[in-house]
This record gives sequence, C-alpha cells and structure tokens, in this order.
Amino acid sequence: MLITCPYCGPRDVIEFTYQGDGNRERPDPASQNFEAWNAYVYDRLNPAGDHNEIWQHSGGCRTHLRVVRNTLTHEISSVAFVRGDHQGRGDHGSAARRKAEDKS
Amino acid sequence: MSPRRTDTGGRIDRLKTIRFTFDGAAYTGHAGDTLASALLAKGVTLYGRSFKYHRPRGLLTAGVEEPNALVTVLKGEVREPNIPATMVEIHDGLVAISQNRFPSLAWDINAVNQLGGKILSAGFYYKTFMGPVFGPLKGTRFWMFCEHFIRRAAGLGSAGSAKDPARYERMNAFCDVLVVGSGPAGLMAAKAAADQGARVMLADLEPRFGGSANWSDETIDGAPAADWARRTVAQLEGRDNVRLLPRTTVWGYYDNNTLAALERVSDHKDQPGKGEPRHRYWAIRAKSVVLATGAFERPLVFPGNDRPGVMLAHAAERYANEFGVLPGERIALFTNNDSAYRAAVALKKAGAAVVAIADVRPELSPEMRKLAAEAEAEIFAGHAVVATEGGKALSGLKLQRFDMTNGTLIGDARSIHADCLLMSGGWSPTIHLASQAGAKAEWNAARQAFLPPKPTQKWPPQQWIGAGAFTGSFSTTEAIAEGRAAGLAAAGGQSTPSMLPTVEAVPGDPDPAPVFEIRAKGKSFVDFQHDVTAEDVRLAHREGFVSVEHLKRYTTLGMATDQGKSSNVPGLAIMAEALGKPIPEVGTTRFRPPFAPVSIGSLAAERFGDLKPERLTPMHDWHLASGATMYSAGLWYRPMIYGHAGETVEQAYVREAKATRESAGIVDVSTLGKIAVQGPDAAAFLDRVYTNMFSTLAAGKARYGLMLREDGLAFDDGTTWRLGDQDFLMTTTTANAGKVMQHLEYFLDVIWPELKVHVTSVTDEWAGAAIGGPKARQILAACVTGTSVDNAALPFMGIVRGDIAGVPVMICRLSFSGEMAFEVYSGAGHGTHVWEALIEAGKPFGLATYGLEALGTMRIEKGHVTGAEIDGRTTARDLHLDWMLSKKKPFIGSAMMDREGLIASDRLELVGLIALDNRPLNGGAHIVEEVDEANPHDSIGHITACCYSPALGKHIALALVKGGKARQGTRAHVSDPLRNRFGPVEIVSNHFFDPDGSRMHG
Repeated sequence: MLITCPYCGPRDVIEFTYQGDGNRERPDPASQNFEAWNAYVYDRLNPAGDHNEIWQHSGGCRTHLRVVRNTLTHEISSVAFVRGDHQGRGDHGSAARRKAEDKS
Repeated sequence: MSPRRTDTGGRIDRLKTIRFTFDGAAYTGHAGDTLASALLAKGVTLYGRSFKYHRPRGLLTAGVEEPNALVTVLKGEVREPNIPATMVEIHDGLVAISQNRFPSLAWDINAVNQLGGKILSAGFYYKTFMGPVFGPLKGTRFWMFCEHFIRRAAGLGSAGSAKDPARYERMNAFCDVLVVGSGPAGLMAAKAAADQGARVMLADLEPRFGGSANWSDETIDGAPAADWARRTVAQLEGRDNVRLLPRTTVWGYYDNNTLAALERVSDHKDQPGKGEPRHRYWAIRAKSVVLATGAFERPLVFPGNDRPGVMLAHAAERYANEFGVLPGERIALFTNNDSAYRAAVALKKAGAAVVAIADVRPELSPEMRKLAAEAEAEIFAGHAVVATEGGKALSGLKLQRFDMTNGTLIGDARSIHADCLLMSGGWSPTIHLASQAGAKAEWNAARQAFLPPKPTQKWPPQQWIGAGAFTGSFSTTEAIAEGRAAGLAAAGGQSTPSMLPTVEAVPGDPDPAPVFEIRAKGKSFVDFQHDVTAEDVRLAHREGFVSVEHLKRYTTLGMATDQGKSSNVPGLAIMAEALGKPIPEVGTTRFRPPFAPVSIGSLAAERFGDLKPERLTPMHDWHLASGATMYSAGLWYRPMIYGHAGETVEQAYVREAKATRESAGIVDVSTLGKIAVQGPDAAAFLDRVYTNMFSTLAAGKARYGLMLREDGLAFDDGTTWRLGDQDFLMTTTTANAGKVMQHLEYFLDVIWPELKVHVTSVTDEWAGAAIGGPKARQILAACVTGTSVDNAALPFMGIVRGDIAGVPVMICRLSFSGEMAFEVYSGAGHGTHVWEALIEAGKPFGLATYGLEALGTMRIEKGHVTGAEIDGRTTARDLHLDWMLSKKKPFIGSAMMDREGLIASDRLELVGLIALDNRPLNGGAHIVEEVDEANPHDSIGHITACCYSPALGKHIALALVKGGKARQGTRAHVSDPLRNRFGPVEIVSNHFFDPDGSRMHG
C-alpha cells in the first residue's frame, strides 16, 4: 500500500503508523457528557468501503494525515493534513457525532 | 519394461554427465535434467508415500504443481524438505531423500493405513479426538496423548535443526512492465513492451524460458517452437531495458502493483558462485503487469488414479520432448478433451507404443481420429478407465463403456496391458496471482474452468493484463497475439498492424467434456498430496459441510504445500454435483500468497540475528570498562550491577544500595525519555496533558507529573522542568519515550492545532547522571563551579546551571532513590567527561556506582511506581496518586477516570508485601487469602516487583492487590505453583522506607 504524503510524496505503508478512526469527535474538554466521551473513546465505525482514517507519517515528516481509504480494496481516494481541517471533516464525522448525541 | 531415456531428442546436454544420489543410491543424469526426469530416465517409478494412507506414489506432473514426488534435499547438515522433485535441477553432489516412509520407500510399515481407509476418512481427527467426556483422557487430553504417534505417521518431510549457513538477499526493483511467465505469450509481451522502450522484467519459475514452446511439437515462423523461443530470448538478453529472471517464482501480488518473487540463484549449482546468495527475494514495483502464467492440466478422478505410472498427459509429453525420457513403453491415454492427443503423437514419435486412447466423449472429431492414427493408437470413444493395476508401478488398467450424459458405466470391463497411463481432465488457468490481486474468477462453462475476469476500469485498477492460456486461450496462435497486445498495452504503446509470427499448431478443440469423475469401486483421489478422495468430499457434504470454505477445512482439500493446484477444480465439481448445483454457485476459494512455498531465509534476507538496533548511553564504554554487567531494557543497554569478584548479583546490588544510603551512589539515567516542549502555549498544553498543574510552576523549578490515557487509565509519569517561560524539558520513563512523543504529537496535530507548541525529542542530546545519598551534595559542591548547590540555591525540585570540569551542566534536585539526590545533565558528547569528574569528586566520600538492580531496590523501598505498576490497567487511584488529579482543570483522561468500574472498591491497588518466612519473593506470583498448594485458586492480586531490602533487612515486594489499601496490616499468602513458592506475607503500605521523605528533603 502506498500513501502519498503531501510533504514527502508517495511512500510505502511501513513508514506510517495508523492513529485510528478519523471520525471521532472529541467532546469539549470540560464536558461531563459521559455518553459523548464514551463514544469518542470506544465507538468506532467499521465501514466496508471508504473509511476516514488518521495516519502519522512516523517514519518521515511525522505529520498526521487524514486518509480516505477503501477498506475493501485499499484504494486511497484522498490524503490531506489533519491540521486545520476542522471544518471539512465530511459526513462520517457528523454521523458519529449525531450518533453520540442521540445516545445522550 | 520401465521408463527409460530415449536415444535422441530432448533439450538436455547428453555429453555432460551429472552424478547425484537419491535415498543413498548413486545415479547419473544430464545437464538440463530435473531430479524427476533423471530418476525417471533410470526407471524409477516410486517417488514418495502418500500423506495419510502411505500409498506408493509416482510422478503426476513435470512442474511446480507436483503433489506426489516431494523430496528432502540435504546440503551438509541442512535439510530442506517438501521440494517437488520436478523443481530440483540436478547438479554434481546433489543428495536427495524421499519422505514419509519408514523404514524405506519401497517397504513402508505405515502402508497398513490403507487397510483402515474407511476409518481415516474426512474429519477423522475431529471425530476421534474430541475425546471421552470423563476419565483421565477426557477432552483434548486424548488428542494430546495420541498426537505424538500421529505426527510421526502422518505428514511430509521433517525440517532440520542445523543452522542454515546459506546467504540470502533482498532486492527492490522498479519497472514499467513485469511479465510473469515466459511461454509464447510472455515472450511476445516482453518483446512488444521492450520494443516500446519500456523497462521490462521477465520472470519464469523454470530455468529455461519458453514455457510450452520447450515441449510442444509446434513450429513458429517455420522453426521448432523451442528454437523460436531461444531466438526471442537472445534478442531480449541483449537489451539494456530488459531484465530476465529465470528460476524466479512470482509468489505474491500486493497492493499498488507490488509483487514478491523468489529467485533460486544457486540451488542448481554444487557451489554458489562468488558473492552469489542461495535465494534472492525480489520486491518488484511495476507500473503494469502482464500475467502470462499459463494453465495447469487437471487429473481425472477415477479408482486407482494415484498409482505410480499414472501421469498427466502433458507431463509425459514434456518428459519426452524436453528431457528425452519415456515414462513408459506401453502407454494408454484417458481424456475428456483434445489436448491429450498431442501427447499421444509425441510419445509415439519418441519411441513408445500407444496402446489405447480412452475418451469419455462418444463422438470424436476427424482431426483427433487422424492424430490417433498417427500415434497408431486404438480409440475407445465413450469409454472410461475404471481401475488400475500394479503395485509400485502400473501393470494394466480396466476400461468400461461410459455414458457421459449421466455418468453411468455400461457393460463389462476389459483389461488393457500398459505400464503408463496418461490422463487429461482439461486445463485450469493459473489465476493465482490475479486472485491475490483481488480479481474474482469467473466460471466459463465452455472451457470448464475458472477464468480471470476481463479488465475493468474499477478499483483495484486492473493494472495487470492477461495473455495466453492464463485467459483461457489455450492455442499458441492466440497466445502470441494476446501476448503482443498485452505487452503493447502494458507499455502504453499503440497497437500498430504488424506481422505476428505464424504458428503451425496441432489442431484441437479447447473445450473439454464436462466430466471430472468416473464413479466406480475403489479409492479415487482428488487431492493427491493430502490424500483426499471423491468419497471424502461426498462425506463432507453428507455431514453438512456444504460451503466451499468448510469443505476445504474439513477435508483439507487443497491445503497442502501444493495449495490444490491440481485438485481444486475437480474437488469443487464433485461438491457441486453432490449439492445438485452448478459449479459457479458453489464458488471457489480465493488464492492467497504464496503461489509456491518460499524459503524463510529469503524473507529475512540480510536481516537476521539480532534485528534490533542497540541504544547505548554516552557512558556505555565507561560502564563496560568498570566491570558492569549490562542488561537490555527495551533497546537500551544499562548497567545491571557493577559486580566485584566473587559477588552474586544479590550481593552486588545490596552493597550498591547500602553504599548509596550510607554515603552516596551514582547511576546513569541518560536513557530517560526527554522531550523539549516549547512555545507560547507550552504551559497550557502541559496542563492539558498532565493531571496536575504546570502553568503555576516557576521557571527554574521541576515538578513530578502524571499522564492518563483518554480512557482514564494511567499512562506515564516523570518530572518536567521549566527552564524558561516558554521552555520545558519533559522527562518520561525509558520504555514509554516513543509513545509519549507520539501522544503529544497527536494532540498537537489533530486535537489542538490552535496551540502554539513545538515538541522535539531530545533524549539523545543529553547525558544524565543521578547522584544521591547523604554525601551527594558535598560531592557536587566539590566539583561544580559557577553556582552554589546549597539548600538556598538548590532547594528540593530546584534547577541550577553551572559547570563541571569546564563543561556546562544543568542540575535538578530530585530523587527516585529517596535520598537527597541530584540529576546532572550535560550535552551527550560530554557525558563521560562529566561522569568521570563526578566519580573523581566522589572518591573521598565513598561514592558508589550502582546499576538497575540497586535502582530498582531503592525504588521498591520507597514505593515508587514504574511500568510494572503503570501496566495499562491501573488508575491513578489504584497507585495512590490521586493527590495528583487536579480538580481545577480538565486534562486528558479526566472525563473518563471516574467511571464506575475505575473507582470500585475491589480494584487492584498498590500495596507493599513483607515475606514473613524471610525467603525471597517472585515477580508475578499470585496473592491468595488461603493457601491451597494442590489446587491454587482465588487470586486476590500479584507481585509486580520484589527484592531483598538492605534498608529493612527483609524480603519485600510491591503488589497489586484487590482492595489493597483496606488490607494493610493484614496477612495473606503468596501462591506460585510454577516455582513452588508458597508462604505467608504481611500486607503493608507501599512506602516501606522513610515514608515522610525526610531524607530527600534533607
């Protein structure tokens, strides 16, 4: 699998560390909404298809990347820096948030 | 009558004689022979004993798919088992032995297993070894009891235990077009791509390029096909943009067109050439791939189809034409398709008598009748073989009239005398690599085969292009046309009209009759290597294993080292018939890497021995020169003890710890993780990361900090020093340095990108020495210049900068040992210089060097926690660190740390233990309320760290015990049946020594 790091170019997957589901929404630090925290810490989407993931280029520039990867085919349809993308998180994130809010 | 070498013909070098041994007997062969062809030329018919029934087995094939003739090759002390004899090129001094026989191949004691055939059917082990439900052998114990004997009787060759002295190599390669397979299709593809200027790699698992051209009787451009192949290879050889890889099996197809291949560089030589490895592992990244991997011929399933002398038709053709070996003198054929007639003609030409051709089809084309006439063979159309005769070689067979519309046998059987029976059940394209790449095979009813799908534009992009028999195009004419088109397309070239080589081919219909099995009395084998019969498949069906995946696992069909190359499709067809479903509805299993067995050595290549890098502190050489016994802690090497002559480890650490508490001791702490946390928001960031406050810390002071994970459990601890307003030096535990760094980076990059903070790992920039004990301050005062180190200048947790022996140092007064102690940091390059200055200054004060054992002892006496207690399951409260949980601010883990389960009263809590029997305790030992040595149970916790405490004169331990705090002052017992250590302990506070800290505050 190759991931095209926006800084470093296409690199083998062994240079990267998976840093988890990119759909998690961290609740406000002061929030006491336990359900939201529980969803953030434990709930993970497990889609058969496109998945929003966070990878760190740990063997390279060490930045964190938001990678949309198809879990069935390993097709990577987009790679972007996580830093500063809080507005553009896509549908998965808001779905996870809604799910968490529904529970609370 | 037996197999023999023909007088002429074949692509072997008859002038070159090669000597080798098989099962201890000396043989000769010629250059170009495989072990199989050389032995066959000498009349050998028996090559192995089958896996389960120990039936005698001969050669079924001539190539990589061979399931029967597996041998062990011996090179000195090293044995490599389970290699098909068809894949071993002979060389002078080759030593090979047969497998799975005792005492010898010809006389095998376990052949009695054949008599138990009914019992040893599919699922035998599952059914038999569920075991009785009571008694001494209940449950799986029965299996454990029998396993030893079964493993001896069933199986393949045994691996050796000698160290492999061979060298292996790994290569990374990049190319525009990788062509897999060098038959006519592959050669055309490679040539067409190379003509476009593409960088081409051409790999074939055989030593000789050309594939079927090497053994077919066809001509290409007027010359024998083999000559055309040789000419084409010669053209490719001379080109700079082509790399040829013979003896190279492409065994794995991974994402982004990454392919794995194994090149057998020197297995075929008695000595590797200078600098040559044995095997070379190729990781090939190809822009596009041409799969021209050909097809495997399928056996027919009928009683006695595994007898030595029964062989695939094309294999016999190959032995005759490529190796100049006749597998028999009187040859019969049994087929459901036209391709076998080619073999009949070839064997006739090579000098054998073809006595009969049994064809399940009632009607035969005039072309086939003409070929049969050319072979002077009698045709039995609408007939099937229903039995074979003979022991270790074939003596005859029985034919019976067969109605292929309903599979029934009609009339009486007639006997035919033959010493070799060739069978052909049609062809299965070698779609393994395409399947690995994610392509779903499609059943083609005409070809009676799974074909690779047509290329699509969808992901995964079909970056491979098929050509030739791989796509189900079984004629050489089609192979050449498809190969050229594939090569052009792969190289991105335009198809221009040009002359293709003309092929003079043997005619034939590529579509076989849909017949896989002849049902008659006797064992009919589907999977030769795993001894799976047609009846086993039906039994699995009757017992409810109807999915193809279950069938595979229950019967082990296709799970042997040959991965079912010859057996998968017949097995599926028989299952489909039992289910009353068409084959495509039964489906097929996906192929996984590797295509053929791969040497582990090649995967490791140069990366063997101790793979981990060694991390050495700046003072490493000094420790070695001073008699330290080193201990590996993660990647680091640290002194365990500085032993004196005649001392035990315990005596040494007790001496070191005592000296430290009595006068002073010094320890290398350079391995601690160190992270520079800098920027305008550094203090705010640390407030979020640590459970306690750091924004209130004054510059020039340090503070002990605790981190939690997001789930509220303890993560890591350490001191962080505020060097300036925006400049912190964080220290972490040695083991967690990398994890903490990644944790900080994640939060800065992903969660709080608005914080202006930069983190840098500076572990390797600093050398650290911790000096502690009642005389530590005097020692420092004796060697530090530029600053005072008295209580006013350097209070507890204070930081000063100064010089030692002309080198700038940073000194922080903090303590892990519980003594008044200081950590002295200098630039890593000055580490030994500063360390030696401290040692020198300490001499008049009796300064001792101490290692990890004494460090651990003193920390246990103080009740400090390390990774043994912060084990990913404990909370701050469990470790009595709840005083560090700030209530004034949220921090990582603060929202989750108060969950019900994390504050329950029966959690494992940190306590101290004192052995009441005054004997050493063991790490990992369980704690129980009542000892029951015969039936240990009801653990209430376990020991995390233990030592003999010189300060207390007792054997003590730290432990995590259920509701531990409330148990302080009570008694319990250690229960350690593994090491037979039982005994009473007293549960006490984890702060054994100087609980109010008067020594370190001084």
